[in-house]
Amino acid sequence: MKYLHLIWAALFRRKTRTILTLVSIVAAFLLFGLLDAVRVSFAEAGKSANGAERLQTGARLSFIQTLPQSLGAQIANVDGVKDVAYANWFGGAYQDPHNQIFTFAVSPNYLDVYPEIAVAPEQRKAYDNTLNGILVGEIIAKKYGWKVGDKIPFQSQIFPNKDGSKNWNFDLVGTMRSTDPKNSFPDQMVLMHWKNFDESTPYNRGMAGWYITRVRDANQSDRVARAIDALSANSDHETKTQTEAAATANWIKQMADVGMIVTSIMGAVFFTLILLTGNTMMQAVRERTSELAVLKTIGFSSNSVLAMVLAESVLLLVLGGVIGLGLVSLIGLFLPSISGGMITHTQVGASSWLLGIVLAIAIGGLIGALPALRAMRLNIVDALAGR
Amino acid sequence: MANLVEIRNVSKVYERGKQKVEVLHHIELDIAQGDFLALMGPSGSGKTTLLNLIGGLDSPTDGSLSVGGARIDKLGQGALAKWRASNVGFIFQFYNLLPMLSAQKNVELPLLLTKLNAAQRKKNASVALQLVGLADRASHKPTELSGGQQQRVAIARAIVSDPTLLVCDEPTGDLDRQSAEDVLGLLQTLNKDHGKTIVMVTHDPKAAEYARHTLHLDKGTLVEQVAHA
Repeated sequence: MKYLHLIWAALFRRKTRTILTLVSIVAAFLLFGLLDAVRVSFAEAGKSANGAERLQTGARLSFIQTLPQSLGAQIANVDGVKDVAYANWFGGAYQDPHNQIFTFAVSPNYLDVYPEIAVAPEQRKAYDNTLNGILVGEIIAKKYGWKVGDKIPFQSQIFPNKDGSKNWNFDLVGTMRSTDPKNSFPDQMVLMHWKNFDESTPYNRGMAGWYITRVRDANQSDRVARAIDALSANSDHETKTQTEAAATANWIKQMADVGMIVTSIMGAVFFTLILLTGNTMMQAVRERTSELAVLKTIGFSSNSVLAMVLAESVLLLVLGGVIGLGLVSLIGLFLPSISGGMITHTQVGASSWLLGIVLAIAIGGLIGALPALRAMRLNIVDALAGR
Repeated sequence: MANLVEIRNVSKVYERGKQKVEVLHHIELDIAQGDFLALMGPSGSGKTTLLNLIGGLDSPTDGSLSVGGARIDKLGQGALAKWRASNVGFIFQFYNLLPMLSAQKNVELPLLLTKLNAAQRKKNASVALQLVGLADRASHKPTELSGGQQQRVAIARAIVSDPTLLVCDEPTGDLDRQSAEDVLGLLQTLNKDHGKTIVMVTHDPKAAEYARHTLHLDKGTLVEQVAHA
């Protein structure tokens, strides 16, 4: 510890270079923190549903596979289930194929299962009474300048209408917003009646995309999930019931190996960091050859000099790592509300912190090894003579 | 007075690639405790090599070298580093202070190798800076000091752990006349009043006059010894 001021002073001997190097390390660990939080959330998704008040049941095989509507009544009879809603992806574009709208065909009790979605009572009543009616999230309504009473034309990418075309016309009967500040996704989606969807398109008749179940006791969610999945065991529509967050993660998992992607990106980032920081450390130590020779002249042992250069390198990496991961933690606090709940996987857990610090120490040791060995082997007489 | 340094039949050969260069040939030399010795000679005569051997920065190829009764030619690198830390103070031509540390922290450096605590290190460094007349510049970094002041900080660093022997390699080589005289006067005071044994390499005959004796080297051999009044 008594050498700390010496190590710190050597580290910031050239402030601009050190700060620039530090910025690159912070950026690398910022990326690491964000990606590792995603990796961990994917890895842990579905491990336990306990604590979740809502469960989502989808086809085990693939999220595009539908489930029979008859399953809804069976789920409702499972011990511990409070109520069950169902939904299906509709999608749809407004005016231009690029203007994709998150539209869902939902069961009549869907809003009861999602009490955090606020709709004015008279608009809710109008929605309940209008088969062709839709509820629109406030952000979407504002974005496209829609008002209650407007006729909104959508073009579906998948589902044909009664007339065989993919053009759908809806009556905007109300707007909705989320009362959960961490999740503004409802403000960005559109809900349409299941009946309208089911009767208009021949595609999904009698089938639902997924079920949403509210449980009576959140501590019993694991048991309820197992019981729901047991209903379809060994059938042609086996299910997987999990929390909503886990279901989202699993959807993405079905499209790509997130863990491998994250590991590959991080590998490339840290490889570049090793080259960049390693070169900087070599340069920094080469510049200080005579100063290191003076330390050895005074009586610092070769091992002490080796340890100081290694410590300098490790300190730089740990400093950058802690700042980077700290920034991710700060982002994790605010990003869910800033992004309206679209991005939630940004909390750096203890395992990410531990892995990050271990990586910082390991990389610091690795990039410091060569310059530290060089410093250790320094011949005092040659170094003082400038050879 | 007893000898502090005893050099017997010392030779030093450097290998530069396939070439062997004998820099010192069979040197015999005694330096008494409390002496102030100037080493003079043309470039390449072996002055700095002899100084490095005396200071324990290098080891002789042949012969024996004792300082304060310790056979330093027999010591390994680690033991030699420990020996230097407690027995020798070094003063260089270009001061060789660490630029990122204040004068105070530069002077404290050798004390980091002792068991003194932070407060004691600070106190001892302050005393050393006071002795060289730079107590008021303790917080200044080397770049904020003149050449003469930097060399005085280097002297404070050399004496802070109270070594018996000071080895100085061209301590005034980078200084103007006035600063050089100040530094040499300081070395003389350290020799006369504090009993430090000093070995100084110099090209400057006027600097050598501050020493008690001057030794001339040529082509790695001692050729002449002059005692000063």
